[in-house]
Amino acid sequence: MLGIIDISPVAGSVAASLISCLEATRSVPMEDACVQSNLADGPDSTQTAHAGLREPASSPLAPEAPLLSGAEITIQAMIDEGVDYVFGYPGGAVLHIYDALFQRGDAIKHVLVRHEQGATHAADGYARATGKCGVCLVTSGPGATNAVTGIATAHLDSIPMVVITGQVPTPVIGSDAFQEVDTVGITRPCVKHNFLVKRLEDLATTIRKAFYIAQSGRPGPVVVDIPKDVTDPNIKIPYVYPRDLSIRSYNPAKRGHLGQIRKAVEAMLDAKRPIFYTGGGAILDDAAAPLTELVRALGFPITSTLMGLGAYPMTDKQFVGMLGMHGTYEANMAMHETDCLIAIGARFDDRVTGKIEHFCPHAEIIHVDVDPSSISKNVKVQVPIVGPVGSVVTDMLGVLRESGGRPDQTALAAWWKQIDDWRGIDCMRYDRSSPMIKPQFAVETLYKVTDGDLYLTSDVGQHQMFAAQFYPFDKPRRWINSGGLGTMGFGLPAAMGVQLAYPDAQVACISGEASILMCIQEMATCKQYSLPIKVVLLNNGYMGMVRQWQEFFYESRYAHSYVDALPDFVALAQSFGHVGMRVEKPDQLEAAMREAFAMKDRFVFLDVIVDPSENVYPMICAGKGHHEMELPPTMSERELA
Amino acid sequence: MRHIISMLVENESGALSRIAGLFSARGYNIESLTVAPTDEPSLSRMTLVTRGNDDIVEQIKKQLNKLIDVVKLQDLSEGEHIEREMMLIKLKAAGPDREELKRLTEIFRAKIIDVTEASYIVELTGASRKLDAFIEAVPEGLITEVVRSGPTGILRGAKGLTL
Ligand SMILES: Cc1ncc(C[n+]2csc(CCOP(=O)(O)OP(=O)(O)O)c2C)c(N)n1
Ligand SMILES: [Mg+2]
Repeated sequence: MLGIIDISPVAGSVAASLISCLEATRSVPMEDACVQSNLADGPDSTQTAHAGLREPASSPLAPEAPLLSGAEITIQAMIDEGVDYVFGYPGGAVLHIYDALFQRGDAIKHVLVRHEQGATHAADGYARATGKCGVCLVTSGPGATNAVTGIATAHLDSIPMVVITGQVPTPVIGSDAFQEVDTVGITRPCVKHNFLVKRLEDLATTIRKAFYIAQSGRPGPVVVDIPKDVTDPNIKIPYVYPRDLSIRSYNPAKRGHLGQIRKAVEAMLDAKRPIFYTGGGAILDDAAAPLTELVRALGFPITSTLMGLGAYPMTDKQFVGMLGMHGTYEANMAMHETDCLIAIGARFDDRVTGKIEHFCPHAEIIHVDVDPSSISKNVKVQVPIVGPVGSVVTDMLGVLRESGGRPDQTALAAWWKQIDDWRGIDCMRYDRSSPMIKPQFAVETLYKVTDGDLYLTSDVGQHQMFAAQFYPFDKPRRWINSGGLGTMGFGLPAAMGVQLAYPDAQVACISGEASILMCIQEMATCKQYSLPIKVVLLNNGYMGMVRQWQEFFYESRYAHSYVDALPDFVALAQSFGHVGMRVEKPDQLEAAMREAFAMKDRFVFLDVIVDPSENVYPMICAGKGHHEMELPPTMSERELA
Repeated sequence: MRHIISMLVENESGALSRIAGLFSARGYNIESLTVAPTDEPSLSRMTLVTRGNDDIVEQIKKQLNKLIDVVKLQDLSEGEHIEREMMLIKLKAAGPDREELKRLTEIFRAKIIDVTEASYIVELTGASRKLDAFIEAVPEGLITEVVRSGPTGILRGAKGLTL
């Protein structure tokens, strides 16, 4: 058989649609199709799952291996992976699995969400807060499609997650059966990897592979699509969980190249105006401790992306604030002037670099990342280091100590003097005498009331940026937000995952009145599982971030960014059985927040009415470089307006 | 520049669409793609022809390598290699054209593998440029149908693309 596609000069789209069409109708024998490919369907394709299932007798496994059905294997494999929570929603294709779950309710806790999107975000929040793998279980068809937003959210932020989806039975795959969608096809572009399990014999190994792939290298979501007949409770095979697993085509880097690390340390010691730029990778690899040690040992300034906040203590003097579109003036100016950029677990995203032609024009760039394809993707770098961030940073510390070298102290002092001058501009000033609650003030008050000891999840919009700017996180895994995909609706379900992982911790979700409505149904889940989350709603009556862009770039034509017909959030929270509170005056805010956080065992929804016209500053507008920031209006400019 | 990328890929359902999908999702150019099983039943060999500047091709290779199904990858264009493509071409061969087409076939060392009163099917194997040249050489209006395999390739010398 020869599979051939010649479609020049069109880009891959024709091939992709042709192939997905072929693979979607998997039951069509490939010989009948116009393109033949052995790849499109493996050698198992001709044999139905059942044929292979009924003969477990010849298995080479040890006699003590218990006989389990596919449904039982699915649950047992999760237990063997150490999974404590599964976030899910039942339906026809996963009923066998739910039945097996019912019988093992002692060993694994299932959290019933109110929408599959909620399940994925909750598992994601759990994973971000703990570093463990989040797990979801949803049914075929609409269950799977509802989960897609959450899978894509996890994918863009590299969050380890395993999503088990039910599928219609193998004999009817490709026949447009009830609740059939090509889940593997739909999720392919937004997963790290995915599987369709066609044979019971492959189930345990596939689940093991899924957990391994999700958590190793650059983490990410993995979907395991399981047809209903594969989970048939009446067909049992011996079960052994394959703990030691190797995948010949998948070998994530374990250590960085020592020669490159030496080169990097040399460059750092030669630098006159160095800066660290860290991203989500530093948090994902739990590199906070060695990173902090290295940055302190060198005495360099450090900035972070939205995703990396907390990897280095934000209240520390060496931290110059977040960089990028809404980063600080000092961080962005330092990026523009630096002669040595040390990028750690960051990916040079367009919200961070600004106009790429203006990015770090004077710098030699060192880039550490576990994913080789992140390196030199958007920006060409001089010292690439492929490896797990934590181990590379630890090796850098070792090389630095061994060398006994010290950075040029005179140059460094001058660099700090320059940075302190930039700091003096006070780029995040706002009107503190306003009679309305300013969103920045609300976040500052939240910091004060929680003593900085909080897990804070966020939705997407101005409130997210204000939280990132005004709540300094001193620890990693405390700031939990959808940075890559920017998914409104993420915050509340993500907070559920965090609160379940840490029942005694203070967990809050900062949100906007538009975002919160996207997953508001999860208030019922919070009630069912008594999750004492605090929702801090910065209610400006607008899709504030959209309104801001319309004000700046569309001459204040506010097309559909006014959030009309809002519910009474206090009454809404109460109707779900929670406490609702509303605050409208700055001088009442702190007391209200204290009251809310004092209710340790209650979910409290705090509707904070904030200034509807506030904008997020500073800002790098589209097409501008780091040195071309818009700063907030000064006091006198405000008076003029 | 034109690059021929040769890959060993797990013979798994979905591997082909993962690779094709990568090209469409990231907007990379794909000129041709051929796939077939190898002597090792669990592996398929794929040959992919793409065009782009060095940075783009570097990214393409990294992204392909990142796919779990891709076991090994080689850019044939980086070394001495042999490239072959097969073409089946159906020609209108009636009257005086018949002799002319037969001569052309001989010049190109192609084979006539099917004959009717009014047609020939010609089989030709060679580098893609040779196939282009044959098509060019056929007199105006005599081509009924062209089927090309897309190029496949292999590195010269003793070393092979194996596990
Ligand atoms: C699912 C989804 N749809 C649309 C957007 C585009 N978007 C980004 S911010 C925003 C407005 C958010 O409004 P709100 O939640 O009230 O937050 P605010 O900006 O007012 O703080 C919108 C619509 C998005 N990020 N996600
Ligand atoms: Mg709003």
